[in-house]
Amino acid sequence: MNPGPRLSLEGIGKSFGATQALGSVSLAVAAGEVHALIGENGAGKSTLLKILSGAHAADTGRMTLEGRPYQPAGPADARARGVAMIYQEVSLAPHLSVRENILLGAESSALGWIDGKASRRRARAALEVLGYGHFPLERAAGDFTIAEQQVIEIARALLLEPRVLIMDEPTSSLTKTDTERLFEVIGKLRAQGVSIIYVSHFLEECRRVCDRYTVLKDGEAVGSGAMAGASVDTLVALMTGRPVSDLYPRIARQPGRTVLESRGLERAPRVRGVSLAVREGEIFGLAGLIGAGRTDFLRAVFGLDRAEAGSVEVVGQPGGRPTPRRRWQQGLGFLSENRKEEGLMLNQPIRDNITLTKLPAFGRLGWISHRRQAAAAARWTGELSVRCRGVDQNVGELSGGNQQKVALARLLEHPARILLLDEPTRGIDVGSKAQIYEIIGRLAGAGKTVIIVSSYLPELLGLCDTIGVMRRGELVAVRPRAEWSEPELLRFAVGKD
Amino acid sequence: MGTLRRVLAKGGPFIGLILVIGLFALPAETRQYFLTFHNFKIIFTQSVIVSIGALGMTMIIVSGAIDLSVGSTVALTGVVGALLIQHGWGAAAATAAAIACGGLVGLVNGAAIAGLRMPSFIITLGMLGIGRGMAKWLADNQTVNYDTSPINTWMTTPRPAGHDLPAGVWVAIALAVLTSLVLRRTVFGRHVFAMGSNEAAARLCGVPTVRLQVLVFALAGCFFGLAGLFQLSRLRLGDPTVAVGLELDIIAAVIIGGASLNGGSGTILGSIIGALIMAVLRNGSQQMGWPNYFQEIIIGVVIIAAVFLDRFRRGGRA
Repeated sequence: MNPGPRLSLEGIGKSFGATQALGSVSLAVAAGEVHALIGENGAGKSTLLKILSGAHAADTGRMTLEGRPYQPAGPADARARGVAMIYQEVSLAPHLSVRENILLGAESSALGWIDGKASRRRARAALEVLGYGHFPLERAAGDFTIAEQQVIEIARALLLEPRVLIMDEPTSSLTKTDTERLFEVIGKLRAQGVSIIYVSHFLEECRRVCDRYTVLKDGEAVGSGAMAGASVDTLVALMTGRPVSDLYPRIARQPGRTVLESRGLERAPRVRGVSLAVREGEIFGLAGLIGAGRTDFLRAVFGLDRAEAGSVEVVGQPGGRPTPRRRWQQGLGFLSENRKEEGLMLNQPIRDNITLTKLPAFGRLGWISHRRQAAAAARWTGELSVRCRGVDQNVGELSGGNQQKVALARLLEHPARILLLDEPTRGIDVGSKAQIYEIIGRLAGAGKTVIIVSSYLPELLGLCDTIGVMRRGELVAVRPRAEWSEPELLRFAVGKD
Repeated sequence: MGTLRRVLAKGGPFIGLILVIGLFALPAETRQYFLTFHNFKIIFTQSVIVSIGALGMTMIIVSGAIDLSVGSTVALTGVVGALLIQHGWGAAAATAAAIACGGLVGLVNGAAIAGLRMPSFIITLGMLGIGRGMAKWLADNQTVNYDTSPINTWMTTPRPAGHDLPAGVWVAIALAVLTSLVLRRTVFGRHVFAMGSNEAAARLCGVPTVRLQVLVFALAGCFFGLAGLFQLSRLRLGDPTVAVGLELDIIAAVIIGGASLNGGSGTILGSIIGALIMAVLRNGSQQMGWPNYFQEIIIGVVIIAAVFLDRFRRGGRA
């Protein structure tokens, strides 16, 4: 038995440009230990995992694996050294068979020809370790459930006899039963002496399956210890605890009449019977974990995805099947969390991006007046201090914060009176964030309604009048802001009522 | 490097056209004749069909789709036009019918792409076969001849050596100006760019993407129908086997002109210059006495070089 830790990190730091993702993180994992890595979104977990799995190199600090220096040159090198990673999203080739997926990149072959017998034996052996020796090896991986695909993926990782296995949010897309099965698999791996780094937002799960924990906050390890001695409350206290800074506007306002009401809105699997009402001049926050259904709810409200049951009423507007086109006409606006994939047209000018929802207003008989269009766009780039060469510059050339301002300007120009904002400050610099908070505050002050989804709790607590928490598709609590605290929100989000 | 990029960005395809013209204007064999008005009259006339096709194709490619059925559509509309003339229709009526026929093929393409949610590549690949088959069926598998029609004169001038251009060239120029304005200055045009650039974002912004898809293909089909009519005018008969592979020439013109197959970028002016570059290459090669296969190789190289330079001027992003 090796007395030292299997894997140890000392003073790991990493910066991206001016942003410090990790300050100086230290952490040790023993052989056969399941170690929980906990932290809020943006605390630095992903960066740490990327450094461990070889996708990024650390700027400072050193890592040792089984007593020897560990400096992976890339993901392949990390795997060869015995550090394997299971990603949150299953990454199998759905058309290939179970066997081919497990052996992908490590095929048994002679002169390039696959050795079928040896392949089957190795794939079978890997599955047997996990207690899934009965899987049909020649069926296409795409035919299996997500949970089963995860098992296949773990089997693939086992093929290289890993010393350390990293699991990133492995239960986020699993049902309760499947989660139990996964825990059995983890138990078997632990018995084999594999060290596991387990990343999850579900603290109850971490407490059940992990031996020790490390909490990350703002790029630093703020606490670690034996799981047995830690309650969920202790962990939550470690994760939060930052005073709400004065980033947030404080404009006195009195929400008025109800302007939008959702009744039993349903879209399986991520929106389950959500009912809520928002009022004029109200900022309504939706908290919850990633995948809790907040984005899906906004999309269903806006008509981007069709609801299976329930309805959304925009007060004073006729009903009918919602489409994005109709919603814009009714005065709603939507800011997508995926700025690049869905929010903006990157290879088009700022001008068109800001005015796309109301082009006909800029001309007569379908002919657009470039002058008026440019003037409208320039007004917003000025007001929001978007750093650009001019409104004819393509949006793709701007920085993230400036892109986000352009995306928001579209709602302001329209102008929308009910704004659905999905993660409006994700991935942008602090200066732009403060500006966006100010805009949101001003809008509400002027009687507009804002529904904001954010994974950053201080932001919701700082901005909103009312906050609702979603968990696994359900709206589990709605309270005025004053009755919420960060630990309280987190407790509802992770499922300890 | 930065300056070179800026120069290329401003006049990419134009520089290409000048280079190609220079290539044939300098050698002793062609110097005397190549740069004459008469020769350019030939080049313009030869590029009419590809140019008009490129107008429709630019719309389609900017919208993020592709149309592989243009050659078949041109043959089909040419046959339809010839049959109608045979039955005593006048030039105007036959023209309208040919354009409508092309529009109908495009409408079917667009409706199938949007309705069946299938890639335009697949649907129009199918239409490539369907259209060609229908052209042969209607023409009874032979050329459709007719006595005479005013249409026959649209691609020629009374005096071949004169200083006037055939009607087809003027039509192509007028339509190019109109289409360019429509793409740049109308709600429809900007919506096409938005959809091609990011369909999800366009939908989010309330752009009726399904309707727009159908409309783009139908409108482009009208251009292809008109191209079929000029094909008829050139041949003076309806030939169901004509214009095989024409869509590839047209796509090449649009791509040489700076459009991206990913959608969201492209200009009518660029596409027309692309069509001219290819026409100049063909014309020049013939005068140099280069064999046909050599022309094909050169055009192939030009397509690849044009896209490579285009990517270079955009700073590495294709």
